[in-house]
Amino acid sequence: MRYLPLTDADRSAMLDVIGVSSIEDLFADVPEAARLAGPIEGLPNHASEMAVERHMAGLAAKNLAAGSAPFFLGAGAYRHHVPASVDHLIQRGEFLTSYTPYQPEIAQGTLQVLFEFQTQVARLYGCEVANASMYDGSTACWEAVSMARRITRRAKALLSAGLHPHYVSVVRTMAHFTDDEVGYAPPVLDAAGDLDALIAAIDEDTSCVVVQYPDILGRIADLAPLAEAAHARGALLVAVVTEPVALGAIRSPGEMGADIVVGEGQSLGVGLQFGGPYVGLFATREKFVRQMPGRLCGETVDAEGKRGFVLTLSTREQHIRREKATSNICTNSGLCALAFSIHMTLLGGIGLSRLAALNHAAACAAAERLTRVPGVELVTPLFFNEFTLRLPRETRPVVRALADRGILAGVSLGRLYPDGDGRENGLVVAVTETVTEEDVGAYAAALEEVLA
Amino acid sequence: MTRYFTEEHEWIDVDGDTATVGITDHAQGQLGDIVFVEVPQPGTSVAKGKEAAVVESVKAASDVYSPISGTVTEGNAAIEDDPALVNSDAEGAGWFFKLTIADRGELDGLMDEAAYRDFVAGL
Amino acid sequence: MTLNPSGWRPEMNAAETTGPATYTGNRALMLEEPLIFEIAGPETTGVDFEVLPELARGGGSHAVAGGGADPSTTRFAGYLPPRGKLAEDRLGELARAAPIGLPGLSEPEAVRHYTRLSRQNYAIDLGLFPLGSCTMKHNPRLNEKIARLPGFADLHPLAPTDTVQGALEVIHQLGHWLVALTGMHSVAMSPKAGAHGELCGVLAIRAALEAKGQGHRKTILVPESAHGTNPATAAFAGYAVEAIPATTEGRVDLAALEARLGGDVAGVMITNPNTCGLFERDMKAISDAAHAAGGFVYCDGANFNAIVGRVRPGDLGIDAMHINLHKTFSTPHGGGGPGSGPVVFSEALAPFAPLPFVERTAEGAFRLVEEETVAHRHSDSFGRMTAFHGQMGMFTRALAYILSHGADGLRQVSGDAVLNANYLLRRLEDVLDAPFAASGPCMHEALFSDRGFAEGFSTLDVAKALIDEGFHPMTVYFPLVVHGAMLVEPTETESKAALDQFAGALRAIAERARRGDPTLKSAPRAAPRRRLDETRAARLPRLTWSDGRDGGEPAR
Repeated sequence: MRYLPLTDADRSAMLDVIGVSSIEDLFADVPEAARLAGPIEGLPNHASEMAVERHMAGLAAKNLAAGSAPFFLGAGAYRHHVPASVDHLIQRGEFLTSYTPYQPEIAQGTLQVLFEFQTQVARLYGCEVANASMYDGSTACWEAVSMARRITRRAKALLSAGLHPHYVSVVRTMAHFTDDEVGYAPPVLDAAGDLDALIAAIDEDTSCVVVQYPDILGRIADLAPLAEAAHARGALLVAVVTEPVALGAIRSPGEMGADIVVGEGQSLGVGLQFGGPYVGLFATREKFVRQMPGRLCGETVDAEGKRGFVLTLSTREQHIRREKATSNICTNSGLCALAFSIHMTLLGGIGLSRLAALNHAAACAAAERLTRVPGVELVTPLFFNEFTLRLPRETRPVVRALADRGILAGVSLGRLYPDGDGRENGLVVAVTETVTEEDVGAYAAALEEVLA
Repeated sequence: MTRYFTEEHEWIDVDGDTATVGITDHAQGQLGDIVFVEVPQPGTSVAKGKEAAVVESVKAASDVYSPISGTVTEGNAAIEDDPALVNSDAEGAGWFFKLTIADRGELDGLMDEAAYRDFVAGL
Repeated sequence: MTLNPSGWRPEMNAAETTGPATYTGNRALMLEEPLIFEIAGPETTGVDFEVLPELARGGGSHAVAGGGADPSTTRFAGYLPPRGKLAEDRLGELARAAPIGLPGLSEPEAVRHYTRLSRQNYAIDLGLFPLGSCTMKHNPRLNEKIARLPGFADLHPLAPTDTVQGALEVIHQLGHWLVALTGMHSVAMSPKAGAHGELCGVLAIRAALEAKGQGHRKTILVPESAHGTNPATAAFAGYAVEAIPATTEGRVDLAALEARLGGDVAGVMITNPNTCGLFERDMKAISDAAHAAGGFVYCDGANFNAIVGRVRPGDLGIDAMHINLHKTFSTPHGGGGPGSGPVVFSEALAPFAPLPFVERTAEGAFRLVEEETVAHRHSDSFGRMTAFHGQMGMFTRALAYILSHGADGLRQVSGDAVLNANYLLRRLEDVLDAPFAASGPCMHEALFSDRGFAEGFSTLDVAKALIDEGFHPMTVYFPLVVHGAMLVEPTETESKAALDQFAGALRAIAERARRGDPTLKSAPRAAPRRRLDETRAARLPRLTWSDGRDGGEPAR
């Protein structure tokens, strides 16, 4: 067995030192009735690398990879080009097989990266501090609501209609168990969004207003009036960013007055991966730092006066506060945070702005071409790299028909909002720098066919 | 003015109807370097044996209980600004909060200095 | 107030000089590396881009047309490549006005930066990583190769399910094996990490109790030795947490537990094997007692490596257990994450499992049960815990691992893991106090305490000295029930030679601690950094880099 170094001779010698005659004797504390007589039934015995590869490759071959077809899906996960060095660097054994940096003297690699990552996220989001990552954007969104409750001591969160429905679902699920009240109504397919309605709904019981930017339909809006309205009534503004590349082109939520900014970092460095692992980003004002969940890396010095980094403010966390912790989170998304940071480092602010410009230009061109297909309307005149089309009929079957023609056409709002109410004719289309003019042309032609 | 001690390692100086509460020198030694303190706001009601303040060292967080019930008149801003003061002068300038006493009877059963020393020795 | 139950206190001790200083600050292969913000400024970048497509300027019309434009008057002036074309944009008033101000590095600089940083990390690839309850086993590279196949890595979670049947089959297959290995009824694959899985299990318990009209049960019982995530999870789920005492043999006190169970107890959270490295002999009785009292049993599966392939927790009566794929099933720890925490359920809890999950139709196709199908398929589900479906990248790795080892290999995994831990226990128990060594074998980890160290010498000193010997320290100051705890878990992927070297090093250090050798206090001496001032980091948190211009203090 290639992963087991012990030989039978080793085992014998070790059993002698221990003073028992077989490995079975070491399981003496397990009641007889609970000990399996032999290997687990149904699972075959060990296999060679070649056999495992063959089996897994067979399963992989049954999937249509995004790179093999014109690809226009977004809705919280985006396909971007990741520079080749990123994947090479994260596979270095000292990154891949290292652990949480609890012994900082021999983890300065991880810790310095986390410090750089925290700085990058804070700058991107327009905030003062950021943590060392959460599991993903949706759990980060819930943690922000939870944090807002701790800070304001109020228990009612207002969720914008533009918040990703999976994120809404997560918040609602968790809020049921923490007795938080959640206000939410799904979106209408229009250009305006619900910011005015949210402003009107904020009252003295509101802990926070949660708004996505750009939102699930791709709409972008100035958050400053919402921030002002929230603050005037003692509530916090939580902004959720599912596409960080957008921040290369549009203003940050932090600069518009958001108190907590969270989101998904998957676009940079991580890849689609069928939904995970991803990387949650979490940033806030310095004055709230002790209420922030998750790990934090801080700067300090060592005994020789050299600058170094350590995990800090640990008393917020589960291993110390136990039942009074800010969250039960233990693991962060270390390797994905590293990938994000390396990609962001290669880009720099300048590169991110250029990447964003490319995305936006490609999306504008695609929107223009697709709306020339008869019956197709653009619902969202302002957007970054994702927009919503209204088709003359239900979009789920259209998406399937296009998939049969080899086009991965976008996400049907019928899938995201099973209740219908007009949303079933909506189609969310994402266009990144990976989309070519040919892709758009093929999409438009196929769409015209399907709608005819 | 009399000083009493609790088994939870808090001290309380009683002066008429007001009192000052802090943690003992033994406690600060056990906690190690204090990095953060949270003291109650004036007007807060505190109850005997219940949490009134928080003190944190690098790897531990502890609740400071109030030895008696009452209403907080002042929290010590100095230790919030400089938590190290709790280490250097826990039984003096490192006090946590002052309060008006609700029920003097609650002082019964608290230890004096000698009794506390014996208590610590026995730990 | 509780006074620091773990006994850990920071100790910074004066360093000795280690030879003449170099100009660079480097010491041969030990290379210093500044922050990216100190290497380059906000004007630099290391990624090339194509020229933008041409779009017409002016309001209203967005027809594709030819013609260039003056870059200096564009919205993106300064950000475009010099040969770039103007784009009329749809950003309204929201276009960014100020640059982000983050540095970019060329590829050679970036590769060097991260390569140098990586060399300041200890890792499994370098040596024995004896962290108790973390299961730092070898991370097979086959898993990395398979996870990166485009047919897995380049799939969008919301792609039409007909186009991703192979991916859904991976999730289904892995789930099937996790159920088989644990002897349970079904599995929730979506939790993103162990703690997330714990939450999943406890929320399912709460949902089940509420459905039975037992929502008034407000207390969960947790052993004192439990990992901090257990009470944190229970508290989050709305429960009051009470501690279950342990016997002098380090296991749950069954009599005390039975006495405490009652109509107000929702359940118990048990780690088995427990955090002292011992198998809970009374696990079945604990489960039976909890069930008899109307509660449920959550099992923390962090230590599953000790029994995988040999014992099925389902046979011991548990109702839910999370599995750390990044522990037992070899997915990489990555410097702290990502993890993956699928949760197996008993038949009683299965209906309450969260969305989404994969199921197989009668015709053999795979589909996802999400919000739209839940009403008629799975109406008792307590809801959704995360966007999308779970840590697919970890599923492919874990499935490849399970298939590689197979049934016989997995049985050998737990056998060798327990053998290795017992070998270290017996090789060290004469110089390191092992509180439970007399009560029988340990499981996959061995627990030691600081009893017998000279006055003023601590577990921390031993840990730091191990660093100089070329090892990552074991888990220290956990579990809290033992003073100065040291929890050693070698795992099954260590050779006997590696174990012998580790045992020898730890023996030597333990003897120095018992003697009170003062040189222990200045360890580590040879690591890239000496002991770091954690007090300062907590008193004066500096969590982002500042160049001083915005009023913050500069880094150096």
